[in-house]
Amino acid sequence: MNKRKLLSGPYLVWSVAFILIPLAMIFYYGFTNSEGQFTFENVLAIGTVENFKALCLSLLLSLISTLICLILAYPLAMMLSNMKVNRTGFIVLLFILPMWMNFLLRTLAWQTLLEKNGVINQVLGFFHLPPLQMINTPGAIVLGMVYNFLPFMVLPLYNVLSKIDKDVIAAARDLGATPAYTFRKIIFPLSMPGIISGITMVFVPALTTFVISDLLGGSKILLIGNVIDRQFQQGSNWNVGSGLSLVLMIFIFISMLLTGKYDKNGEGGMF
Amino acid sequence: MNHTLVNLIDISKSFGDQVILDELNLSIRENEFLTLLGPSGCGKTTTLRILGGFESPDSGKVIFDGKDITNLPPNKRNLNTVFQKYALFSHMSIEENIAFGLKISGKSKAYIHDKVKYALKLVNLDGYENRLPDSLSGGQQQRVAIARAIVNEPRLLLLDEPLGALDLKLRQDMQYELIRLKNELGITFIYVTHDQEEALTMSDTIVVMNQGYIQQMGSPEDIYNEPQNAFVADFIGESNILPGIMLEDKLVEILGAKFPCVDVGFGKNKPVDVVIRPEDVDLLAPEEGTIQGVVSHLIFKGVHYEMEVQANGFEWLVHSTDMFPVGQQVGIHVNPFDIQIMHKPESEDEEAIGINE
Repeated sequence: MNKRKLLSGPYLVWSVAFILIPLAMIFYYGFTNSEGQFTFENVLAIGTVENFKALCLSLLLSLISTLICLILAYPLAMMLSNMKVNRTGFIVLLFILPMWMNFLLRTLAWQTLLEKNGVINQVLGFFHLPPLQMINTPGAIVLGMVYNFLPFMVLPLYNVLSKIDKDVIAAARDLGATPAYTFRKIIFPLSMPGIISGITMVFVPALTTFVISDLLGGSKILLIGNVIDRQFQQGSNWNVGSGLSLVLMIFIFISMLLTGKYDKNGEGGMF
Repeated sequence: MNHTLVNLIDISKSFGDQVILDELNLSIRENEFLTLLGPSGCGKTTTLRILGGFESPDSGKVIFDGKDITNLPPNKRNLNTVFQKYALFSHMSIEENIAFGLKISGKSKAYIHDKVKYALKLVNLDGYENRLPDSLSGGQQQRVAIARAIVNEPRLLLLDEPLGALDLKLRQDMQYELIRLKNELGITFIYVTHDQEEALTMSDTIVVMNQGYIQQMGSPEDIYNEPQNAFVADFIGESNILPGIMLEDKLVEILGAKFPCVDVGFGKNKPVDVVIRPEDVDLLAPEEGTIQGVVSHLIFKGVHYEMEVQANGFEWLVHSTDMFPVGQQVGIHVNPFDIQIMHKPESEDEEAIGINE
């Protein structure tokens, strides 16, 4: 027994060194000022107009992106789960393939497409159409989020949908349910765990991202991730940066609680 | 005789280039317990799925109560299915599972409540309304699946190997349960199984299928006592299948010995297959038998002894309550009416089709 416990040693060292200690440090910086005295100021810095706006915008854009991902991914996952296995492998690969490419590169590619003199506007110009303002808009950021995080929505949905017994669906039809009713009462509730994990896997990284907003939002649109990034990088103000990070953590925690609660409702029957 | 409820006319179905059913014709009478019996891949489940509306045939018609329902979706058919692996809705309580069909058909709350209670009583699961399917044993889940189907009062109940996942004792209990249900409810049952014992126990009519063709259709007694070909004989129960020559009416030569039998009309000196059930082989003193042999194996089976007897180059399977030790010289005798003569199939295709002419 003791020998078995020893096997978890490396992970224990890892988690203490790279999870617990950094977390404690963030708490320490978050609740002290530059002289090391205890203060709530850093956490309350979320209350400034600029920071609060960034937080609200982050929440809004991540919510929109998550919703779009869900709407795009669900029909696709359903189609995939109804296909024969050897063919799904290929299509799933098509979806995962972009993930093998560097995240920065993918986002930069969108930058070149959306830029004022970018590919899309050049094509428009060719047809004598007025150029569009696409880069540095909230829309561009949402596009970047959806593009980067969509696979994280597809995969859990595909997983859970393909595990639903085809006979269960046949049974609902057999008992008189129309395809739409079968979806509402059987398929959708049974896929709830996949929806929850998909939402979590898209919403959390979208809420904290600063690279996407940096590249596609320019310096004009600040998300909470950018604000925190600036505190650490430019202002070298670790205290405010940590304080804001803690606030963000609270929001992620709340979103987890909400989705977790919904999941339990889903399991308990939604008649 | 009751009137015909279901007619399958010239049903063909292929998956890719694999032919599953080839111009199948079958009619099912009202109130009948009909079993489709055969090895896996014989087309029995596909037949059931075509009836349920989950597959559509490449050609042919499904007539239900006089109406063509070939292209009707499952939810518009007046029949219900019990699936092999229960297919319960795991996110709903037992009550919600059973009420599913009734809710769709727009029945009142009070009616649904009473019906669910009645159905649970029928399958001996009173008081399980609020449990979740996963908290029930396999047998209980299967009974919920049956309740969920019969509560809708279908004209026809399709059962796809519903007892396949249960252990032996439970399976036997459920067999009696199903017969009782069928008699109480007066619903027509179409039952799919590969278990010949199950088929013999429960059915009014057995349809033996192989490779997409009906091999034989008849009462359990007919199928068991008078198999029409070697496939049926081999699939139903244990049997000795021997090559023979029909010398003339009522006389067959088996392994060089002449056995009187009761079959006529096979012609003279015609090669045939002969089926003799192990319990119909009588072991006697050597000089009293038609042919002589030596006991080579002996196993005690509870009700009877199972013996193998080497005689004239054939290993005879014998079931008897009398015991003959290994090495004993015995005589073999078979009563004329216990000898079942069958035409020999002339090709593999014929064997599949089950042509006997």
